[in-house]
Amino acid sequence: MEKFISHTGTGVPLRRSNVDTDQIIPAVYLKRVTRSGFEDGLFAAWRNDPEFVLNQVQYKSGTVLVAGPEFGTGSSREHAVWALQNYGFKVVISSRFADIFRGNSLKGGLLTVILPQAAVEAIWLAIEADPTTEIKVDLDSRTVSYNGVSVAFELDDYTRWRLMEGLDDIGLTLKQTDSIDAFEAKRASYKPKTLPIRI
Amino acid sequence: MGKTLAEKIWDDHIVRSAQGEPDLLYIDLQLVHEVTSAQAFDGLRLAGRKVRRPDLTIATEDHNTPTIDILKPIADPVSRLQIETLRNNAKEFGIRIHSLGDADQGVVHVVGPQLGITQPGMTIVCGDSHTSTHGAFGAIAFGIGTSEVEHVLATQTLPSSRPKMMAINVEGKLKTGVTAKDIILAIIAQIGTGGGQGYIIEYRGSAIRDLSMEGRMTVCNMSIEAGARAGLIAPDQKTFDYIKGKPHAPEDFPVAQSYWETLFSDSDSKFDLEITLNADVLEPFVTWGTNPGQGLPLNGSVPNPADIKDSEERGAAERALEYMGLTAGTPLKKIAIDTVFLGSCTNGRIEDLRAAASVVEGKKIAPKLRMLVVPGSERVRQQAMKEGLDKVFLDFGAEWRNAGCSMCLGMNPDQLAVGERAASTSNRNFEGRQGKGGRTHLVSPLVAAATAIRGTLSSPADL
Repeated sequence: MEKFISHTGTGVPLRRSNVDTDQIIPAVYLKRVTRSGFEDGLFAAWRNDPEFVLNQVQYKSGTVLVAGPEFGTGSSREHAVWALQNYGFKVVISSRFADIFRGNSLKGGLLTVILPQAAVEAIWLAIEADPTTEIKVDLDSRTVSYNGVSVAFELDDYTRWRLMEGLDDIGLTLKQTDSIDAFEAKRASYKPKTLPIRI
Repeated sequence: MGKTLAEKIWDDHIVRSAQGEPDLLYIDLQLVHEVTSAQAFDGLRLAGRKVRRPDLTIATEDHNTPTIDILKPIADPVSRLQIETLRNNAKEFGIRIHSLGDADQGVVHVVGPQLGITQPGMTIVCGDSHTSTHGAFGAIAFGIGTSEVEHVLATQTLPSSRPKMMAINVEGKLKTGVTAKDIILAIIAQIGTGGGQGYIIEYRGSAIRDLSMEGRMTVCNMSIEAGARAGLIAPDQKTFDYIKGKPHAPEDFPVAQSYWETLFSDSDSKFDLEITLNADVLEPFVTWGTNPGQGLPLNGSVPNPADIKDSEERGAAERALEYMGLTAGTPLKKIAIDTVFLGSCTNGRIEDLRAAASVVEGKKIAPKLRMLVVPGSERVRQQAMKEGLDKVFLDFGAEWRNAGCSMCLGMNPDQLAVGERAASTSNRNFEGRQGKGGRTHLVSPLVAAATAIRGTLSSPADL
């Protein structure tokens, strides 16, 4: 995974709440067996609407999505994270994210930043007043800054460290193989197994 | 201090715990399907890793499978490749798979319990948010993304932060015609789609204990619609009886059961949040909007957004009414329906089919309405046919399909057309969920059946 230390880019204001995973990418776009190419399905239902924020020329090069509360509710599809990344987003800011989407994003290196709704509103106003407003999201200091304003956000130390080092989670866990072996040695024998098949 | 049910299970699965790090949890079972696994297997191949425990892993095909002509090659080449990729991955990594045509193929969350591999006290994951279904057996079961699917395949563990604990007490007795689906829709309407974020929900109280295992699965299934990754119910005699005799029930049943009997929240355990719901006054519930929290008793009317104080919620309601093509003040029972969908991991089990069949038996479907009956699994389909339910539905005028997720997520050809309105026993009424431009009202199997007769949202009491 690529290291994430800091990102500076322009913002895209998505003034909607409850943007669920079926809006981020509908099921019919989930058929690919690769991790790329999902940008076609991003916000598919809204992309034909010329008024939709991604279709407005001033937001074309935005890399920081600033969304309403309850972003990413619904399915566990990591394709939602890939679609946002494939499109070019590096950061999503919202006052509330659904648990599974947030977990997926932080595994995959898409930084999801939780800010109070009032701070989200202030960023929306700043971007709408001047779409070229630069937003800096810094993981080292855990702050979002723009126009001289700096807002702190919380992220646990472990996740921050993993993102800043760009570490492979599986590789980290495999270092604990002895603990896993020891756990398995004392697992109860009545726990079910899928093999051999019983009918 | 005592522990909650979820805390007991969690603590029993900690492989490693370190200050400032998430717990490393052991995973007892991973369920795999075609849509969220291909990239995980690719990751294993790239890193030269194996599946650590193929014997704790099981795959089936459900999300992207056709429900008609299932033994013909799948027409859409991209869908076909996705199914074939799962089959090849299962073969390469030595994983048990139940493919189309197999007696144990079906919606992954229906398949696990019917095989008896879903048992109390387990940790269960799947690349699907409705994994919470398995919590009905007193297990911690939750949906994960593809990166985590790969993680579990490689290590049989998952780094996880301990969630907060919520108790939802549903006390009292449900009236006739009110079901598990109505309980969970009412809960979501009360706490909202984000109300359960960060929590494991334990459903408790007399109305929960009175539910069948199928009903408990329906309740736990939609925990995610309330924002909680997992929901569970303490196992009891009903749970043990359900597992007994299933293919993968423990050989040493008494030993397993004596452990399962320790799985309840201690009287001195502490929940971070407790919520109470009165079952006595519950009515059949339906959704009117585009998220599962936008629901009301069927006797109600489409709400007026102007009456909603919270500006975010008001805006969401305005957009929902526009998308749904509804006018504030319209009685919900006056809403005309084009399609009724009976099925899904929420309500595709045998009991759901029986309930709906008992309502439509001997009746005729409303003119111009179509009804799809999609059993949750091939086993459910066969059981239903043994009971003659297929004939009941066919005589009524419904379509009798093969097992799969089908119109619940509209990934295969079973979709709504633009503007088409459905009463659906599934779990999500998101914009376009069941097909681009399609409109969804979430309902119980009983309401689905009555609606198919009358052509407007209805309960059996209206017949």
